[in-house]
Amino acid sequence: MVLTRVVLNQADIDRALTRIAHEILEANKGSQDLVLLGIPRRGYPLAVRLAAKIAAADPTVDAAAIVGQLDVTMFRDDLSHQPTRPPYPTQLPRTGIDNKVVVLIDDVLYSGRTIRAALDAIIDLGRPRIVRLAVLIDRGHRELPIRADHVGKNLPTSSSEKVRVRLEETDSVDGAPDGVRINEVVIEATA
Amino acid sequence: MAEQQQNADNSGAYLIRGAAILGGAVEDLLIRDGVIVARGRQLDADDAGVRDATVIDATGLVALPGMVDIHTHLREPGREDAETVETGTRAAALGGYTAVHAMANSTPVADTAGVVEQVLTLGRTAGWVDVRPVGAVTVGLAGEQLAELGAMADSRAHVRVFSDDGICVHDPVLMRRALEYVKAFDGVVAQHAQEPRLTAGAQMNEGEVSAVLGLAGWPAVAEESIIARDVLLAQHVGSRLHVCHVSTAGSVEIIRWAKSRGVNVTAEVTPHHLWLTDELARSYDPVYKVNPPLRTDADVQALRAALADGTIDVVGTDHAPHPSEHKECEWAQAAMGMTGLETALSVVQHTMIETGLMGWEDFARVTSTAPAAIGRVQDQGRPLEAGEPANVILVDPAARWTVDPSKMATMGRNSPFAGRELPGKVVATFFKGHPTVLDGKLNTPYRWPVDAVDAGPAGRRA
Amino acid sequence: MRHLLSTEDLSLHNAIRILDTAEEMAAVGEREVKKLPALRGRTVVNLFFEDSTRTRISFEAAAKRLSADVINFAAKGSSVSKGESLKDTAQTLAAMGADAVVIRHWASGAPHRLAATDWIDAAIINAGDGTHEHPTQALLDAFTMRRHWSKLAGTPSAGADLKGMRVAIAGDVLHSRVARSNVWLLRTLGAEVTLVAPPTLLPIGVDKWPCAVSFDLDETLAQGVDAMMMLRVQGERMNASFFPTTREYSRRWGFDDNRLRALDSLGLKDTIIMHPGPMNRGLEISAAAADSPRSTVLAQVRNGVSIRMAALYLLLSGENREPAAAPVSASAAASHAANPNLTYSHQESH
Repeated sequence: MVLTRVVLNQADIDRALTRIAHEILEANKGSQDLVLLGIPRRGYPLAVRLAAKIAAADPTVDAAAIVGQLDVTMFRDDLSHQPTRPPYPTQLPRTGIDNKVVVLIDDVLYSGRTIRAALDAIIDLGRPRIVRLAVLIDRGHRELPIRADHVGKNLPTSSSEKVRVRLEETDSVDGAPDGVRINEVVIEATA
Repeated sequence: MAEQQQNADNSGAYLIRGAAILGGAVEDLLIRDGVIVARGRQLDADDAGVRDATVIDATGLVALPGMVDIHTHLREPGREDAETVETGTRAAALGGYTAVHAMANSTPVADTAGVVEQVLTLGRTAGWVDVRPVGAVTVGLAGEQLAELGAMADSRAHVRVFSDDGICVHDPVLMRRALEYVKAFDGVVAQHAQEPRLTAGAQMNEGEVSAVLGLAGWPAVAEESIIARDVLLAQHVGSRLHVCHVSTAGSVEIIRWAKSRGVNVTAEVTPHHLWLTDELARSYDPVYKVNPPLRTDADVQALRAALADGTIDVVGTDHAPHPSEHKECEWAQAAMGMTGLETALSVVQHTMIETGLMGWEDFARVTSTAPAAIGRVQDQGRPLEAGEPANVILVDPAARWTVDPSKMATMGRNSPFAGRELPGKVVATFFKGHPTVLDGKLNTPYRWPVDAVDAGPAGRRA
Repeated sequence: MRHLLSTEDLSLHNAIRILDTAEEMAAVGEREVKKLPALRGRTVVNLFFEDSTRTRISFEAAAKRLSADVINFAAKGSSVSKGESLKDTAQTLAAMGADAVVIRHWASGAPHRLAATDWIDAAIINAGDGTHEHPTQALLDAFTMRRHWSKLAGTPSAGADLKGMRVAIAGDVLHSRVARSNVWLLRTLGAEVTLVAPPTLLPIGVDKWPCAVSFDLDETLAQGVDAMMMLRVQGERMNASFFPTTREYSRRWGFDDNRLRALDSLGLKDTIIMHPGPMNRGLEISAAAADSPRSTVLAQVRNGVSIRMAALYLLLSGENREPAAAPVSASAAASHAANPNLTYSHQESH
C-alpha cells in the first residue's frame, strides 16, 4: 500500500519560486547576464516560471530571452543501467551562455548525479562566468559534492520514499477531466 | 568360415503378427531366407515348416513394401566429410528404405563403369539397403560429351538411370542423343530441369518474397521450359524420360499434358516441396536453400494434387547432406540441399495421408512400386505376397516425434524440418528378409555373400 | 530495438523515435564541441565486406561523436579474404568485446544471420546488404524529407510523419537496397511512393509492394511530386540487356535538364531532388539537377551522421544492451537488494 502525503501545494510552490527569483536577483546584484537553464522535464517549466517572476521584479528583463532548456541525457553516468531514453532538445537563449551567469533549474536535488551531468553538458556548450543551482526540493542523500545555491524547500526523506513533483505544464491528473490543473509536491511511502 | 558367419546373420525367420497390410487388412507375414513365405490370418509358423521364427507383434502397425528412393546423394566417393555410403544408407534404412539410387555427382563423377562399380561395392559392403548407382549423362557432368552410358549399363552395377542431377542437360541436341541412346538398354534419363541462363546466380524462387529479400530470383519458367522441351524430345525419339524434383504448378500442367499425349514420362517430387514454401527464406537461414528452390503455397498444393492423381509418379528425397560450415554462412554462400531420408515417410504421411489425399496403398505406389519400376529394380517394390522378396517395413502411423538433426544417422545436419513434430515412425525395416531396423533402431546390416559383394544386381552374376 | 536490420519491420513508433533523436543529434553537429559522452567505453565495429568509404566514414563519425571506440574491419586484406567465414569473423569480434557491429555485406541477409545466430551477442546495424536493405540510408532520406515537409507546413519536424507527401523513386529498383528500404519506411511514415523504372529493372513481385509503379518519368512528374529520388544506375547493366544503351536510359529515365525545367513549368516549385550518392552525373542525373538549389544531396550526407548517431545511441544506451555481468558496484547492488522500491526512473534519479 502506498501512502501519499502532500508537502507543497500550489500556493506553496508559487511562494517558493517567488522567493528563489528574488534570491537569484540578489545573488547576482541584478538581472545582468542572467540565463536560466531548466533541466527536462520539470526543471524547464520551473525555469520559465522563475523567468517570469524575475521579469516581473525587473521590467528591463525579457523573460523569454533569458530562459533555455538543457538536456543532460547523453551525459548521464547510468545510461547503460536504464531503459533507453530518447534525448530532449537543448535550447539556449539567443545570447548563448559564454560569460553569462547560468542558473541551472531542476525540480528535485537528490543524488547530485543529474547536476554532475548538467555541468558536463554546459562545458560542451560554452564557458559561463558562473554556474549556480536552484531547485524546488532538496531531499538530501547526496552522492557527489554538489549543493544548491537556492532551495525552495529542504525535505528530509527516507531513501525508500519517493518525491513526486507534479506541474500543470508536464503532468495531468489521473482520472480528472482536462483543464484541471495540478501543482503539488507529494511524498509517497510504501507502508 | 567367415562367409558362413556372415550368412548366419541373414538366416532366421520372422513372423510379423497382425500388421495392417498396406494399411488395409490385418494379417500376418512369415519371412524366411529373404522371402515372404506366407501371408494370412493367424499363421502358424510350424505348419509352414518354419521353426524358431522370431515373432514380432505388429499390432497397430502398417506393413509396406520397402521404400525405394529414386534420388539420393551419398557423396562418396569424394565428399566423405558430408556423407558416406555407410552413413547415408544407415539413414535410408532408418527411414524405411530398402533401395536408394545414388546420384552421379560424386568426386570423381560416376561417369565410368569403374566409379559406378565402386559405389555398388561400397553399398553391398555396408549392407543396409540396395545401393543402385546412377550414371552421369555427360562426362564430368560438363554437358558437352556423352559419358560411356553403355559401359555403365553393362557393368556389374547394371545402371539403368542416368542423370547429371545438380546440373541440367541443357544442350537440346545432347539431351536428344542421350534419350535415344539409353533405349538400347532400357535406360532412362533423369533430367534436372533448370535452364542455366535464366537461373544464373539464382538464390530462391522468383516472386513476391525474393523481391522483398533482394535475393536473385529463380523463375518457375526456367524449370518449365526445360520440361516442355524434354517431353517433346522424348515423344519425338520415343524414349523414356524421368523429371527430377518437379517444383512448380506449371511443371505439373506440362507433365499432365505430356502424359495425356502418351509421352513416356515419369515425374518425381521431394517431400520438402510437398510442404515448405519460399516464405521460409525470410529467415535467411540457408537450411531452406535448395535446388530447385522452395516455391509458393499454390505450387505446394498443385504438387500434392499431382502426386495424388498420378501425374507425379514418385516421391524422391533428393537427400543432400552438407557439412555444417556450408550452411552456417551467408545465404548466397551456402550450399543448396536438404537431408531427407529419415523424414520422408513422416512428411509424406503429414502432407498426403493425413490430409486425406492418399492412402497407404498409394503411399506404397509412390515410394516403392513406381520408383522401383523407373529404376528397373527387379526385386523391389513388389507386392507383399507369398513368394515375393521380403523387402518390408513396419510403420507406426500413430507415433509422433520431433525432428532433431543431431540425432540422425546421416552426417548432414541440414534438415529443414528441425524442431517440427512429425507423424509416423519406421519401427522395422526388412531388407532381403533381414531386419536392418528393429524397434525403430538400427539393427545389423544384411550380409551379402562374399561373391555377391562384387557381383551384379540382387546378387546375380553379371 | 535490439538491432537495426531493415525498415520493413521497423514500427512507426521506432521510426519516429529514431528521426526525433536524430534531430537532437543534428544540433550537436552544429556546436563547437561536436561530441557527446553517451557511448564512452562502448566499442563499435565497422565490418565492411564491400567497399563503401562514404557509409563507413559516416558511421565512424557518428560513433566517434558519441565517444564510442571505433574499430574498422575491412574484409579486403584481412583474414576474411583468406577464406575466413562470417561465423569465425563474428566470433572473433565477439571475443574482442564489440558492443555493436555495423555490417556492410554484398550478400543479402548477412546482417540477419549475425542477429539470428549465437555467433555474436552485439547490436547489429545493417549498413547495406546485397540488394536487400539499407535502413540508415532510408532513415536519413526520410529525415531530409521530413525537415523539408515540415518547413513547408510551418510545423516542427519532431514527432511528425510524412503523411500526404508524394515521393517518386526512379532508377534500378531491382538491384537497389536503397529503394527497398525507402519503400517500406515511406509507407510506414504515410508517404505516397511511386517507383519509376524500366520494366527490366523492377523485381517480379513488385506489384505486391505498397507503392505505385510507373514506366514513364514524365507522366509521374506531371502528376505532381514533392520529392524526386534518383537511384544510381550502373552502366554495366547495359551489358546484361537491362537496357539498350546508357543514352537511351538517361533519355527515358534520367533526371535531365529538360525534366529539371519541367518542374518549374509544372508549378512544382518546392519539389526537392534527392540522390543517395555516389552520382553518375549525365546518366541518371544531370549536373544541373545535381547542383540545383532543389538538390538535397549534401544535406542527405550531413543528415546521415545524425541518423547513425541516433541509431547507435538508441541501440547501445539502454539496459537491455548490458551483458550479463553488469558492472554494478557492490554497495549499489546491496542497497537495491535491501530496498526493492529504490528503482531508477527518469523522474527519480535526481
